[in-house]
Amino acid sequence: MSVKKLPNRDGYGHGLIELGKSNPDVLVLDADLAKSTRSDWFQKEFPDRFFDLGIAEQDMLGTAAGLALAGKIPFVTTYGVFVAGRAWDQIRTTICYAGINVKIAGAHGGVSVGPDGATHQALEDIALMRVLPGMTVVVPCDAIEAKKATISVAEINGPCYLRFAREATPVFTKEEDFFQIGKANVLNDGSDVTIIACGPIVYESLLAAEQLQKEGISTRVINMHTIKPLDEEVILKAALETGAIVTAEEHQIFGGLGGAVAEVLAKNNPTPMEMIGVKDTFGESGTPEELAEKYELTSNDIVKAVKNVLSRKKD
Amino acid sequence: MVPQSNENLQAICKDVRADIVKMTAAAGSGHPGGSLSSVELLTALYFNVLNHRPEEPNWPDRDRFILSKGHVCPVLYSVMARTGDFPVEELMTLRKFGSRLQGHPNVKALPGLESSSGSLGQGLSIANGLALAAKLNNKSYRVYCLMGDGELQEGQIWEAAMTAPHYGLDNVCAIVDYNNLQIDGKCDEVMGINPLAKKWESFNWHVIEIDGHDLAQVLKAYEEAANHKEQPSVIIAHTTKGKGVSFMENVAGWHGKAPNKEELEKALQEIYGGGI
Ligand SMILES: Cc1ncc(C[n+]2csc(CCOP(=O)(O)OP(=O)(O)O)c2C)c(N)n1
Ligand SMILES: [Mg+2]
Repeated sequence: MSVKKLPNRDGYGHGLIELGKSNPDVLVLDADLAKSTRSDWFQKEFPDRFFDLGIAEQDMLGTAAGLALAGKIPFVTTYGVFVAGRAWDQIRTTICYAGINVKIAGAHGGVSVGPDGATHQALEDIALMRVLPGMTVVVPCDAIEAKKATISVAEINGPCYLRFAREATPVFTKEEDFFQIGKANVLNDGSDVTIIACGPIVYESLLAAEQLQKEGISTRVINMHTIKPLDEEVILKAALETGAIVTAEEHQIFGGLGGAVAEVLAKNNPTPMEMIGVKDTFGESGTPEELAEKYELTSNDIVKAVKNVLSRKKD
Repeated sequence: MVPQSNENLQAICKDVRADIVKMTAAAGSGHPGGSLSSVELLTALYFNVLNHRPEEPNWPDRDRFILSKGHVCPVLYSVMARTGDFPVEELMTLRKFGSRLQGHPNVKALPGLESSSGSLGQGLSIANGLALAAKLNNKSYRVYCLMGDGELQEGQIWEAAMTAPHYGLDNVCAIVDYNNLQIDGKCDEVMGINPLAKKWESFNWHVIEIDGHDLAQVLKAYEEAANHKEQPSVIIAHTTKGKGVSFMENVAGWHGKAPNKEELEKALQEIYGGGI
């Protein structure tokens, strides 16, 4: 597979422009990172509907809440750490408790942020957002899916969190592919084991499945773009039919996609599981490739995890 | 440490500027703009003001420096190396895999740092805590904290701005690098922070306004702050983002971008060629 690469935040930029054209109530707010998050694309098209709140994330979330209470559909944008972390209480109590219709975009998820280092690599945002009652959490796998996700969250009446990455990553889904929030996509069918992944690491999971295929291991790959509400049906079906699960995400192994899948399985059908993710540590500076290798986030690591889980599989 | 003459400091500032452009060029990323605007502020502080012992980084009586705007760590790493905290050659490992010089300061990686930073707006609170502890422990060390002007938009800064005078923390010296640029453009246009001196005054701080590139004014400001009792002091330093490299000066785009090879050469010529 050789595919073109784009940062999936580009999809956010394109999605915002489309929304801007179709819905005059859509507004975009940023906190001094407009270029980097791609919200400046919307700013250029719709300067009167773009607001820079300065380096003041907490204030930005509160302002968005007020705008939404008055009927607007604000998209607030900054890096994942500075929104999910810095403004968590504003998101929890002002926005989610009241069920206010604010769309939150967190860019720069994962260690692949690279040389900026640990402070800028969001590794806890999925966990922080998914524990909030009423929050929808979407982690698109590429730029095309990111655009669809951006457009789709505008149709939900309630708080939503979208997570993007910094690096250019393979664009491997197609415009015509089905996308619905809360409904996972099975990208590769298989019967021995299932990889459930979210974000750009879905592509690594497909590479792993290809590798495993050569070794005679039939691997199902599920793109779990929506972490909340979670598609439990597809998880339970995979557990039943393949009997072994590996989750993969560029996030702490605790509390994110892996945790969410484990909750479903523990309650309904305990199934051997392995989790690919950052193992309870902070990131650091380096190239995305160096960091993916060190933190064991490559397709080779997924292959290893599959073999581990297969050795634990019940007959 | 023996205080340096104004002339020596000026020469050191050139080396620090050169370090900044070389380090970011070698890294291929990083933040030259806001590093260059803080050169005189930090060179004067580290060489002539800050009471610290490179050979004993945890000396309990040392003055503390908190880099609240963590992205400008190139300038901090440079003055740390040049006052003896670690070898100057190590500067070129900035942002590289395995380096102690992380893209934003990591206190666990590098001795001599007082705090990790990179999420803006948090440093002044830490400085207040250190200063309050000094009062409680009858220590005479002072605490310095460098902030960006864009960074002042963070609410936590103004929470901390209330705390310091409330507890009479005259051992706190805040420094604002007032270069009037942040990432999205001019602070005035993104989110106005003026009238700045009046804001700090009304929060009950002793305000000292200076040209942040004039070493004599910078040194005098630190002295005035140290002698001012019962109130914390804030030095509002008017600066130029990218100072010393003509094509970087006052250009928002050089906030977080590394020079390429030709740009590096041009920058070094300007830094060492004509006097700044
Ligand atoms: C909480 C937080 N929000 C956003 C950022 C991203 N960011 C890094 S530097 C910067 C602009 C800083 O501008 P300023 O404080 O004026 O610094 P300087 O001009 O001295 O570089 C921003 C928004 C951050 N590091 N932390
Ligand atoms: Mg500034």
